[in-house]
Amino acid sequence: MRWLSNLFEFVGKVGLFSLRIVVDSFRPPFELAQLTRQVAEVGNKSLALIVVSGFALGAVMTLHTRNTLVTFGATALIPAVQAVSFFVEIGPLVAGLLLAGRVGSGIGAVLANMRASEQIDAIESLSIDSFKFLVVPRVLACVIALPFLTLFMDFAGLLGGLLSEELSSHITPALYINRAFDYLQWSNFIAPTLKTAVFGFIIGSVSSYFGFTTDKGAQGVGEAATNSVVLSSLLIIVADVVLIKCIFFLFPETAI
Amino acid sequence: MSEPQTIAVEFKRVMKSFGTKRVLNDVSFHIDQGQALCLLGRSGTGKSVTLKLIMALMRPDSGEVWVDQNNVVGMNEHGLSFVRRKLGYLFQDAALFDSLTLYENLALPLSRLTRKSKDEIDDVVHRVLTDVGLGADGAKYPSALSGGMKKRAGLARALVLEPKILLADEPSSGLDRITASEIDELLMRCKSEHRTALIIVTHDVRGARRIADRVAVLDKGNLVAFGPVDEVSQSENEVVRKLITE
Repeated sequence: MRWLSNLFEFVGKVGLFSLRIVVDSFRPPFELAQLTRQVAEVGNKSLALIVVSGFALGAVMTLHTRNTLVTFGATALIPAVQAVSFFVEIGPLVAGLLLAGRVGSGIGAVLANMRASEQIDAIESLSIDSFKFLVVPRVLACVIALPFLTLFMDFAGLLGGLLSEELSSHITPALYINRAFDYLQWSNFIAPTLKTAVFGFIIGSVSSYFGFTTDKGAQGVGEAATNSVVLSSLLIIVADVVLIKCIFFLFPETAI
Repeated sequence: MSEPQTIAVEFKRVMKSFGTKRVLNDVSFHIDQGQALCLLGRSGTGKSVTLKLIMALMRPDSGEVWVDQNNVVGMNEHGLSFVRRKLGYLFQDAALFDSLTLYENLALPLSRLTRKSKDEIDDVVHRVLTDVGLGADGAKYPSALSGGMKKRAGLARALVLEPKILLADEPSSGLDRITASEIDELLMRCKSEHRTALIIVTHDVRGARRIADRVAVLDKGNLVAFGPVDEVSQSENEVVRKLITE
């Protein structure tokens, strides 16, 4: 039963840590310079990864979907299937998981290194609230950047699908786009994109927790990076289930 | 007429343990404003912990820690923020912020904690960097600095807010004799020019003899000697004799 009590203790600590992030986000001073720096760090530096991955994934998905739809004589639906699947699920989820890998590990490792090298103590010694200065901007940057990155992934996926279809069936770009958006409603697009803000909060808060609270010196840096990726990826997938149910409840027309 | 002595830092019966290991056991001492205290002792005897307790980066299990007439034990974050502004801390490995240039490392506390304009901040940073011999290195990142330069940069950051009390954790460790001597000179200048109280953790007994008005020797968490260097040198405690007369 010891593991169970440890689990509850851990969940409680992460919960309190996350609650403090929410509270401190609304408490001045607002670290706008740090936030700008972190949005650039999270957003700009992840853009290439997101776009290339989305494009490749879009192309591969079209190749697979094509085989199935050809069997049913429904090749005209390929753009719509591509658009709906990317905007509703693949884009948000894959963008979240990719960001958990790239940014989550980075946040965990950087903060753990700052803890090990006494930089966090140094910030405190300068009368600066290290939590507000280091953690809150990183989490908010993830919350802000991920929905935008998801849009890039969605459109890159469509572009990858378009290229794949163009090579296979010589469909014109205009027709592809037209068919792609035929079945797409605003509710298919807005709610799933906004749910990635929650993914961003999960990535930022979990990674910051592991990095900020480590006390294992250099060894803690590697552990924080690994744990950040593993737990935030897992929580993103679990949260996705809950959020989809919430979206179906709020926008019943999206539940076909 | 000499200025009246005010107590800069005072420990009253301080205890601190990590798990089952007691690192400070009923430690009491005080240091006056404008004086220098060197903390000596073998590794792991609670010297760095003593500095962190003064800065309230840790809390003692029991006892009181008074800094400039404020008991920092149990103080809230707002109060600590006020007290910490009177303190400067040179960390053992300098603890410069990796992602900021040397200039930004020094400008950060000035822009956050003072109402100085950009030009005034530029002036202060340049003056302090010049004082520590790094006037031309403001644009460099910490990764581009040597060990000695990092120590001097850390000292510059600790001094940039003109603290009343300066805490230095092994300021000369890992440095050659000449660089260590230069750091000692800087510390002595702080004391003589600004009446800064210095509390220095060191293994460098020669440096301690030059700088310290008082030395404190810690052994296994106990304060085994405290007083002027010459007085402590006469101690019959074996650890003290070995440390002081190396």
